[in-house]
Amino acid sequence: MPLLTGWAKKGLFEVQEYVKLCGALGRGVTSRPFYFRDIVEQFDAIGVGSLTVVLLTGGFTGAVLALQSGMTLDQFGARSVVGRLISASMVKELGPVLTALMVAGRVGSGIAAELGSMAVTDQLNALRALGTDPVRKLAVPRVLAGLVMVPVLTVISDFIGILGAWIVTVTQLRVASSVFWNSIVDALFIQDIWMGLIKPVFFGFAIVSIACHVGMRTTGGTQGVGQSTTYAVVAGSVAVLVLNFVITKLLITLLY
Amino acid sequence: MSTPTPLEDRLSRVKAPGEPVVVFERVFLAFGDNVILKDVSFQLLSGSTKIFLGASGAGKSTILKLILGLLKPQAGKIWVNGARTDQLSERDLMKVRDDLGMVFQEGALFDSLTVRENVGYKLYEESDTPLEEVHARVREVLGWVELDEHIDKMPSQLSGGQRRRVAIARAMTFSPRIILYDEPTTGLDPITSITIDDEIIKLRDIEGVSSIVVTHQLRDAFWVAEKMAVRRQDGQVEIVPASPEKLAQTQFVMLRDGDVAFEGTASDLRASTDPYLQLFQS
Repeated sequence: MPLLTGWAKKGLFEVQEYVKLCGALGRGVTSRPFYFRDIVEQFDAIGVGSLTVVLLTGGFTGAVLALQSGMTLDQFGARSVVGRLISASMVKELGPVLTALMVAGRVGSGIAAELGSMAVTDQLNALRALGTDPVRKLAVPRVLAGLVMVPVLTVISDFIGILGAWIVTVTQLRVASSVFWNSIVDALFIQDIWMGLIKPVFFGFAIVSIACHVGMRTTGGTQGVGQSTTYAVVAGSVAVLVLNFVITKLLITLLY
Repeated sequence: MSTPTPLEDRLSRVKAPGEPVVVFERVFLAFGDNVILKDVSFQLLSGSTKIFLGASGAGKSTILKLILGLLKPQAGKIWVNGARTDQLSERDLMKVRDDLGMVFQEGALFDSLTVRENVGYKLYEESDTPLEEVHARVREVLGWVELDEHIDKMPSQLSGGQRRRVAIARAMTFSPRIILYDEPTTGLDPITSITIDDEIIKLRDIEGVSSIVVTHQLRDAFWVAEKMAVRRQDGQVEIVPASPEKLAQTQFVMLRDGDVAFEGTASDLRASTDPYLQLFQS
């Protein structure tokens, strides 16, 4: 029982500290000082830096989705509507979730390791001693970059995924290109686009804020940095999947 | 320019020599059941040095973090430059830190920035000082610690001693009137340690900086206490044995089990018959 109480207390304390960080992020975004150079650097590191992995993920996911859907649809003689399935799946679910998971792996681990190393070598304390708030200097630029760049990466991933599916559909499934693009457009509604754009905003915030929280609270030397890195990726990925369900349910109620 | 707040007024007032700049009054701090400081009281007077000695885990570094406001005590009062810092918000503490330099253990240099960016960090990032002036100041302080040829290197390209000297340069760039040193010579060879000790002495005697040195290296502690820096007629700074007045300006504080076990000058410490102090000195 004491073990359970201790675990619950620790969990509640982590939640409390995370909420406090979110409050500090809110203040950091809405009041001076702003560190514009760091913001631009993080947009580049998180956005441009993640482009390759997102392009590869999106392209191959779209391609394999077209292959698998083609086989299933063949059983009903409906191979020509493969584009409908691809567009709905990529834009509403696979694009946002896979992009977010890739960003959680690449960016979440990087942020936790970088901030964790700074924490265990007293660099965060040195920042405070020199009159800089580490949340404003380190966390705010990263969270802003996550909020903006994860949706941008998702749109790119969606497009590349559909492009990958188009190549497979035309070359392997032998469906005419015009039929594919018509079915893509037919199946997409404005609500789907909204869903595909709203979800990554929340994912971006969750991944980066969790990584910052975990990184800045790192203790225990290099071993602690390793644990923080793992924890940031696991917690970020789980948060993406849980948020995906909650936001999807909410948006279906609100939009459709 | 905005009108200074009462806090800024109090902080900016120039302290006369001998006036208290850091005051601890019955400070208590514990992490859970682990009591770090039980009932610690002391004063640091303007222009003087306090050297904190004690075994590992005695709470020496914690005292520096309390002065900076990186930690808050659970009981007791702390004043820095006349401001009661244990009650201040993080925003107000930033103003207090404008007059506090800190040299962390191992230097805590920002490893993604060059030596120039590290040393000038506060002026580059947190002030409106023109860039040319910042560059000039960075060169000046790096010249002071004799590292100006390393200005464009990364911290990883420096030796341990050079990193500590860059950390001292970073702490003095914005001309604080108080500098805190956390184990500045730990892990360094004796020759390099002396160069660091000499920087501490020069800052105290030439620049008039009040300082707190936390260490468990007795040799370095006595060197800082028993030497003084004087500027010769040709402008060169020389380290010489301290005068009786200078000796009296450096006080030792021994921490033991969360309390102050001893407070006095170097000669008081040497003359002490307390078995623990004698064991520590042996």
